[in-house]
Amino acid sequence: MGLPISVALRGRHAGDRRGHDAWSAVVAELREVDRVFSTYRADSVVSRLDRGEMTPAAAPPEVREVLAIAERARVESGGAFDVRRRGDDRVVRLDPSGVVKGWAVQRAAAHLAALRETDYCLGGGGDVVARVVDPQAPAWQIGVEDPREPRRLVARVPLRDGAVATSAETHRGPHVVDARTGRRPTGLASVTVVAPDLTWADIDATAAFAMGTDGLAWLESRPGRSGLVVLDDGTPRVLGQPARCLPSASSTPSAGMPFMSGPTIGS
Amino acid sequence: MTRITLWALSTLSVLVLLFGYHTSTAGPSGTASPPAAYSGSVAGAPAAATSGGTTAGTFTGDAADTRWGPVQVAITVADGTITDVQVPEYPTGNPKDEEINQYALPVLIQSTLDAQGGDIDMVSGATVTSVGYQESLQSALDQAGL
Repeated sequence: MGLPISVALRGRHAGDRRGHDAWSAVVAELREVDRVFSTYRADSVVSRLDRGEMTPAAAPPEVREVLAIAERARVESGGAFDVRRRGDDRVVRLDPSGVVKGWAVQRAAAHLAALRETDYCLGGGGDVVARVVDPQAPAWQIGVEDPREPRRLVARVPLRDGAVATSAETHRGPHVVDARTGRRPTGLASVTVVAPDLTWADIDATAAFAMGTDGLAWLESRPGRSGLVVLDDGTPRVLGQPARCLPSASSTPSAGMPFMSGPTIGS
Repeated sequence: MTRITLWALSTLSVLVLLFGYHTSTAGPSGTASPPAAYSGSVAGAPAAATSGGTTAGTFTGDAADTRWGPVQVAITVADGTITDVQVPEYPTGNPKDEEINQYALPVLIQSTLDAQGGDIDMVSGATVTSVGYQESLQSALDQAGL
């Protein structure tokens, strides 16, 4: 399965060689990250770590960085988020992918951030990291998919400098379990997190989703995050920073427009 | 021919195999089949600025199949510039969806107009419908010769 990665650029380097080179660098870097971290490639560093053929201390710096982030995520989530989990065969496997995706896209965005006077909006697998340079320029508009009806949106996030990540079971069937219990979480249909960087937006969205309804209070406690949680019954809850009216999906049009303000919106 | 890339904005898209979307807290391992290698390459290349051509008319892109149904995009072009974008076909469910779709899809549509191109792949949580939208939009752009 491939994940779509796309970027929109506007400004000075939107259509020129330098912009294209930056995009090529993004793609090349993501491919390299995949080569190192893939759990599907037997020769990847992660696979060798998993089989005990390499110690974490001997791993490349970026792998150690990811493992350190994963450990912090495990601690801060009370164990709900864990890159080591027990499979059907009772063997504990290492799968840092839940950290790697957001981390990799965030890191790759540095190539775009280096473009002067250029706005970018980089999307990877439903997660987005974006920047707007000019305070007068409009924010990127990030739609938040309705987890129960993916063909529609439940909210819109104007994003100037930061990231949006969503965890849901919409596209790929159940794939998240609470690492504390090994069970599927209940109560939440999706969790969207807006945060200064995609690494933690993605981790927090996954962790909060894994916690089920406990994830609401947990997400509320996270510094610098705001979020949108859609409950199983379709009720949307906005957490964190001040947000304007957000009607439930079943409300009348007069209830206002779905709209959510992120914490990192400039001016 | 202009890919989805116009004067003020370039949108590039690529399918990159990225970790098979297993999360750390994924369910029992071993259930996902290994994905193919990179399933795509750069789909849009930056193009030179659109020369203000004389293309005019309405161009309807091929419907792109998505998991939830077909998505089709039509663009109206005057003097080589997109003046309107419509989505004549998109997946609809129960009637309640309609009113929300009218709000929800314009987010995508308006973005497209603002950008004169394809600022449409930035949906958090979505990876399929928006891709279909982009595919169909590209097809419409191709037909328009932009």
